[in-house]
Amino acid sequence: MLRDDATVEALQNASHMAEVRGRSLWADARARFFRNKAAVGGFVLLMMIAAFALFGGLLSEWEPDFVDFSLMGANASEGVPSFETGHYFGTDSSGRDLYARVVQGTGISLMVGVVGAVVAVIVGTLYGAIAGYFGGRVDGTMMRAVDILMSIPFMFVLILMLVIFGRSIFMLFLGIGLISWLDMARIARGQTLTIKNKEFVEVAVATGVHPLRIILRHIVPNLLGIVIVYATLLVPNMIIFESFISFLGLGVQEPNTSLGALISEGASQMQYGVLWQLFFPLLFFVFTIFAFFFVGDGLRDALDPKDR
Amino acid sequence: MLSFIARRLTVAIPTLLILVVLSFVLMYTAPGGPFNSERPLPPEVLANIEAKYGLDQPFWKRIAVYIHGVIFNFDFGPSFQFKNRSVNDIIAQGFPITLTYGFWSFVVAVTVGVSLGIAAALRQNTWLDYLAVGISIGAQVLPNFVMAPILLLVFTLWLGWLPGGGWAGGQWQYLVMPVIALSTSYMASIARITRSSMLEVLNTNFIRTAKAKGLPTRRIIWRHAMKPAMLPVLSYLGPAFVGMITGSVIIDIFFSTGGIGQFFVNSAFNRDYSVIMGITILVGALTILFNLIVDLLYAWIDPKIRY
Amino acid sequence: MKITQKFLATTAIGLLAMSSVVYADSHATHPETGEALASDQTFTYRVGDESPSYDPGVVEDTYGAEVVRDLFEGLYNQDAAGNLEAGVALSHNVSDDNLVYTFDLRDDAKWSNGDPVTAGDFEYAWKRAASPELASPYAWYIELMSLENAAEVIAGDMDPSELGVTAIDDTTLEVRLSQPLPYFAQMVTHGTTFPVHQATVEEHGSDWTLPENIVSNGAYVMTEFVPQERIVRKRNEMYWDNDNTIIETVVKLVIPDENVALTRYLAGELDRTDIPAGQFPRLSEQYPDQAMSVPEACSYYYMFNMREGAPEEIQDPNVRKALSLAVDRDVIVNNVLAAGQKPAYTFTHWATAGFEMPDVPMASMEQAERNEMAVELLEEAGYGSDNPLTVNLVYNTDEGHKAVAIAISQMWKQTLGVETNLSNQEWQTFLEARSNGDFEVARGGWCADYNEASTFLDLMQSGSGYNDSKYNNPEVDALLANAKTADNPQADYDKVEEFIAQDTPIIPIYHYAADYMYSANLEGWPFENFEQNWYSRELYKIAE
Repeated sequence: MLRDDATVEALQNASHMAEVRGRSLWADARARFFRNKAAVGGFVLLMMIAAFALFGGLLSEWEPDFVDFSLMGANASEGVPSFETGHYFGTDSSGRDLYARVVQGTGISLMVGVVGAVVAVIVGTLYGAIAGYFGGRVDGTMMRAVDILMSIPFMFVLILMLVIFGRSIFMLFLGIGLISWLDMARIARGQTLTIKNKEFVEVAVATGVHPLRIILRHIVPNLLGIVIVYATLLVPNMIIFESFISFLGLGVQEPNTSLGALISEGASQMQYGVLWQLFFPLLFFVFTIFAFFFVGDGLRDALDPKDR
Repeated sequence: MLSFIARRLTVAIPTLLILVVLSFVLMYTAPGGPFNSERPLPPEVLANIEAKYGLDQPFWKRIAVYIHGVIFNFDFGPSFQFKNRSVNDIIAQGFPITLTYGFWSFVVAVTVGVSLGIAAALRQNTWLDYLAVGISIGAQVLPNFVMAPILLLVFTLWLGWLPGGGWAGGQWQYLVMPVIALSTSYMASIARITRSSMLEVLNTNFIRTAKAKGLPTRRIIWRHAMKPAMLPVLSYLGPAFVGMITGSVIIDIFFSTGGIGQFFVNSAFNRDYSVIMGITILVGALTILFNLIVDLLYAWIDPKIRY
Repeated sequence: MKITQKFLATTAIGLLAMSSVVYADSHATHPETGEALASDQTFTYRVGDESPSYDPGVVEDTYGAEVVRDLFEGLYNQDAAGNLEAGVALSHNVSDDNLVYTFDLRDDAKWSNGDPVTAGDFEYAWKRAASPELASPYAWYIELMSLENAAEVIAGDMDPSELGVTAIDDTTLEVRLSQPLPYFAQMVTHGTTFPVHQATVEEHGSDWTLPENIVSNGAYVMTEFVPQERIVRKRNEMYWDNDNTIIETVVKLVIPDENVALTRYLAGELDRTDIPAGQFPRLSEQYPDQAMSVPEACSYYYMFNMREGAPEEIQDPNVRKALSLAVDRDVIVNNVLAAGQKPAYTFTHWATAGFEMPDVPMASMEQAERNEMAVELLEEAGYGSDNPLTVNLVYNTDEGHKAVAIAISQMWKQTLGVETNLSNQEWQTFLEARSNGDFEVARGGWCADYNEASTFLDLMQSGSGYNDSKYNNPEVDALLANAKTADNPQADYDKVEEFIAQDTPIIPIYHYAADYMYSANLEGWPFENFEQNWYSRELYKIAE
């Protein structure tokens, strides 16, 4: 839904990023990355959010699914955020501890984002690398297929799939990942075209190494830089995507939750004096996405040293 | 150029066919049917209905009849849920609405986004830049299902300035909130893309040369920097357009505008097969068309590209 | 003009006096109550979704039926309390064998184009509704009315002309039944039995209900229709009782999100809207004269899957009973929903006509006692901390159902240590899973077709198509069969409810209430009508 073609474009043209991996390039990139304040800030924030998702539950005084029946229906007055009651973020409309649920939601949203991005990146890279490596008619057919798939309104198809096959986290990953691999395939193909003429690939071909082995051993590792950048920028889009699915009621099953589900619940309650139900999940949502954007931009600048 | 268009259009046909078959198969395997309800219909009543809509036919025959109808009569069949309406009726009713607020959102997103981006780029690292970047990032991450109820509370309940929903033939009062809610995140993306590509262009040698020659800044921006800086923005417009059509689901739900978004979600939940298919095909065709337009514009702006 | 302005500006009191004079002049008072009527008689209300059809023969949902009741008029109407009232028919005679009904129609009823409404219009409409050609999802209603040959006509074995309805002359309609039906006269207040204008239907086909084509005989005519957005209906000048209609314009708005609808209500755009789950207490405190809750003829329950081959744990009646006992209905009703619903220990709704609540032991216990008993029963069945029970609960996607499911799963966990896997399914998938027996515990809701206990209890019959539990108890079947002919079936109903409490094929949870906001100046709403059948022509707005 939020495909960023400008980034795709930039990555497709970034020919020097595909240079043979060497110690100095990565060391350089690292140095450049750490000089970028926004990127470092984003990185620290991201680590903090990840730590919150992993270990935040230890600080919670309540289980995420525990319903306090005395708070049900008395949310606006009794369920306010407070350290005394142990509900640091207040409670949700079913009388559950919002802090524990935000911890869980952050974890699930991160997982959906990361797994979705990984699926997209793996499928896309392999597909693109194969097309680029073999070239000719194989390339033509495979990329034409990508063109065709690009014209399919996948958001609609995903809604259909979730409606039809019932919702599960697996379907969500699969669906979201499948929607996003197309751009990755294009990028990977473009890069492969430059790499394939390098000496080390030609040597491998001359010595009779199996083509699939060449792709996996020689080409894919050299795409790593670009893959990482793309994946980092993909994760926040996946998370936004998931929130939309959750809004339609097709997201994860209760009592599990995601940031999207929490936000959509909070948004529906916002006029009823329980604004914290929207505020806390939204805060973590916004921070997570900010952090990924900054880290992604930083990585791109670090790995693609254009003079800006 | 013409051969390029022709080639793209020939790809469009198999694409649409794939889309038809894909959605048809998806729905065929779906549990439930358009005529299920809390109270199951007596078998003889159900049989009458299924006969009327051709659901008693085998799969291959149904899909063949459907594709035949679409191609030769441009007939997308009757709606199963809305008993007195055909898919063509529904699209004819809802699509102009979606298109109207989609168009205005698009205009707002592009003009505001581009202006904001350019302003930020020209005043890089000033308060204006930070403000623009801050606004655009904030706007991009605020989901529109949060934005919509906030707008409603502020403009309808508290200020009482705008009607809380409806369409009324597309009068401006009814358009304001849908357009704001739909355009914000795209406006933000466009602003970010414009800013970074403008910065990049301003650092290129030919702009430096122009500056060195002492040309006035305004002239440099408009005559020289604008065109190349717009290329990345242009390539974003395709996905932005599709995103807006998808986003119409949320607009229709919150502002009861009666566009096709609401029809789509509804028909997916109610298994109104023909309406789902009709809308999916429509959106697919539009996506293809829009991508083609964007590519042509691209070639027009960037003389390096030849089709 | 200028003079008037000057005059008004100089004398403020004069302004007030004058405007009230103008007011009283142009706006009559209510003929019966004498209340001053508001100048704007427009009634705007919210529905959650577009209706499939507004054709009387096809209409199938509540929202659609509301519109149809305004646009068309059948043989009889319901008054505010739900009693029969003359519609197009003034009266009827029943033959001695209770099989032939003869309706005497008024001669001043007119269609909106001026044509008279005749018995022939009814005959045409009923035959049309039953015909396989129309394939109406509500064709079964004609069969439910026990019309002669209805089943054969629907099945396509007989021509629609064989249906047991005949127009003797323009004002006499004869109806022949295949079996006596004590509540037949009640059934002709339903939309499926309303007349349609033959010439219009034949001229425009399925487009005849569009505003530019429609010809109707009710108090209103449809003037604007934007699907998924609005329907506007205006006073029908041709309606025989037009003089007593007060509301000029009725606007139905489709607003999918009930929170948005409430915002728009509070902004003054709506006169009636649903109250979102859990908001009734706050709203009734803030707007005591606007937030209303009345009993609604539906029961909310969870059903167990009692089919052969269904998971073994829940085949043990003790387990089922323990799960039922551990549900604290008071919490559900007072905290989760809090809008006038009543805790349910019987399947039949407490407000059903002629039904006395049987003495089910569970109802008179304290929740602590119920919990204690539940723990004992579950231990007896062999489940405890060393052998925990896990159940799967499915419900269809909805905020309200979700809230109830979350609460109940926690009650089971906190009281019994039972783990629950919740899964919400989207409506069509849910229906399929439930009717195929692909569940352990599933949510259910049942609304009365008519105001009598058997409309609920018949679901417990082993052969009922709506018995998704597949509860099979021959004694219950016998009791229900006996109740059909008994003079006073209450004793049978008591026993059936006792069986339900004992065998626990279902967990009754609560009895519905209809809770809505009604704008303060809207009067005439039939709150007493248990089936919630309202007619716009009976409403009016008073001056504020």
